[in-house]
Amino acid sequence: MEKFSTHTGVVAPLKRSAVDTDQIIPAVYLKRVTKTGFDDALFANWRQDPEFILNQPTFQHASILVAGPDFGTGSSREHAVWALRDYGFKVVLSPKFADIFRGNSGKQGLVTGVITEDEVKAIWAAVDAQPGIEMTVDLQARTARVGDLQVGFEIDDYTRWRLLEGLDDIGLTLRSEDKIAQFEARREAWRPRTLPVR
Amino acid sequence: MSTTIPERPRTLAEKVWDDHLVVKGEGGQPDLIYIDLHLVHEVTSPQAFDGLRAEGRPVRRLDLTIATEDHNTPTLDIDKPIADLTSRTQIETLRRNAEEFGVRIHSLGDKEQGIVHVVGPQLGLTMPGITVVCGDSHTSTHGAFGAMAFGIGTSEVEHVLATQTLPLKPFKTMAITVEGELKPGVTAKDIILAVIAKIGTNGGQGYVLEFRGSAIRSLSMEGRMTMCNMSIEAGARAGMVAPDETTFAYLKGRAHAPTGQDWEDAVAYWRTLPSDEGAVYDAEVFLDAAELEPFVTWGTNPGQGVSLSDAVPDPASIDDPNERAAAERALEYMALTAGTPMKEIPVDAVFMGSCTNSRIEDLRQFASIIQGRTKAPDVRVMVVPGSARVRLEAEAEGLDRIFTDFGAEWRFAGCSMCLGMNPDQLAPGERCASTSNRNFEGRQGKGGRTHLVSPLVAAATAVLGRLASPADLPTRVEA
Repeated sequence: MEKFSTHTGVVAPLKRSAVDTDQIIPAVYLKRVTKTGFDDALFANWRQDPEFILNQPTFQHASILVAGPDFGTGSSREHAVWALRDYGFKVVLSPKFADIFRGNSGKQGLVTGVITEDEVKAIWAAVDAQPGIEMTVDLQARTARVGDLQVGFEIDDYTRWRLLEGLDDIGLTLRSEDKIAQFEARREAWRPRTLPVR
Repeated sequence: MSTTIPERPRTLAEKVWDDHLVVKGEGGQPDLIYIDLHLVHEVTSPQAFDGLRAEGRPVRRLDLTIATEDHNTPTLDIDKPIADLTSRTQIETLRRNAEEFGVRIHSLGDKEQGIVHVVGPQLGLTMPGITVVCGDSHTSTHGAFGAMAFGIGTSEVEHVLATQTLPLKPFKTMAITVEGELKPGVTAKDIILAVIAKIGTNGGQGYVLEFRGSAIRSLSMEGRMTMCNMSIEAGARAGMVAPDETTFAYLKGRAHAPTGQDWEDAVAYWRTLPSDEGAVYDAEVFLDAAELEPFVTWGTNPGQGVSLSDAVPDPASIDDPNERAAAERALEYMALTAGTPMKEIPVDAVFMGSCTNSRIEDLRQFASIIQGRTKAPDVRVMVVPGSARVRLEAEAEGLDRIFTDFGAEWRFAGCSMCLGMNPDQLAPGERCASTSNRNFEGRQGKGGRTHLVSPLVAAATAVLGRLASPADLPTRVEA
């Protein structure tokens, strides 16, 4: 995973609440067996509407998404994060994220920052006043700046640390392998086993 | 793994968490939690196996891992090659990965194949006091046994395959207490739809829900699974029901349930799991079972529901501006007008299936209503069992004849029209009464319109061709 420090890019306002993962990437795109190349699948149904924000030339290369509350609800599909990432998004800001989506994001280097609804509206207003305006996101300081507007965002310390360091979860866990083995030695006999097949 | 037993009264969820603690996280770091059972399917695993291969890592515990094919599998002509090329690729990739890494797999045509959340319990692998994960949000289903079960993303699938653990922050706990007796015709599905409408689709965020109270205790395991299954639709990570005699009776004798002394040890431990007297929950919600009626959704998220005897709500009456806008958008998508009685809404299709309601008891309930009645003309009715074993059981009981005599299509097992990854989809504009779990835009097919209902409401709707409960049906002529 690449280290994340600061990022500057075009902000796309997604003026909707409760954007579920079926909207971020419809199920028909989940059939692929690769982990990349999902850029065309992002918001696939909505992108058929020529008016949709990402179809407007100004926002086609946006890398920061600012959305209404309850972003990423529904299905656990990590493809939602891959689609955002492959399209070029580095940051999503929203007043509230669904748990699984947020967890998945942290593992793929996508920053999810929580800001207030008023701040979301202020950013949307700034973009409406100047479409194509860029935002700078500083993960160390947990701030996002667009024009004269600066907001602080919330992200937990552990995820932030991992994103800043670009650390892989499995490698981190395997540092505790001896503890895992000790735990396994204590497990009771009645606990389920899939093998041998019965 | 009773290492330390704190004096403080604990909830069911806290007990299971404490007994799976491998490393306690310090200074804001997550805990490392051991995973007892990992269920794998074709959609969220290919990239995880790829990751293992890239790093040269094996699957740590093949004996705690099991795979099946469900999301993409066709429900017709299962002996023929899968027509959709990408579906076929995904299933063939799972088979190759299972073979290469040595993972137990139940493929299409095998009698244990089926929806992963139906397969685990029916094999007796799902049991109280264990941790269960799967790359699917409806893993919450297994919480019905008093297990801590939750959906994970593909990176986490890879993490569990490699380490049999997950780094996790403790969840908060929410008690959902449902006391009293349900009216006839009101089922677990109606309770959970009412819960979601009450707390909202994100009301459970960060929580493990524990369903308690006399109405929950009186539910069968299938009913408890339906409730826990849809916990995720309230935004919760998991749902749980404390294990009791109903749980033990369901488990005993199943292929992978403990036997002999192991069974005795297990039951003794399982009896210690229910939340202690005085245990404190972070939040509590109460419902009166006697007030509940058959429930149905009118919108495009599972929280947008009302009693079947109510009407489509008026967005203007909703105070919260976000919810109001969402309701307006939902009514437009659903092509519904505020004030229309729900029971006057005609449907084009009825889908009986999904990990929410495709177990044998669900099929029996559906059959009990349609038996001796005739399907409404022009309504397409699909019955899709949750697993190949459920299909065989239903056929042994003669339910298949009831379905086909009624005019319903009797299919092979899989996720099917719940999410339309296989050919089972709604056409644009088609309206469906569905026993599944999500009514999102386009979920059952692009432009398709979904009303979530119980198997009983689905059956009555199939008879009348409009949303209905069994109480609305004319008395049947006894054969």
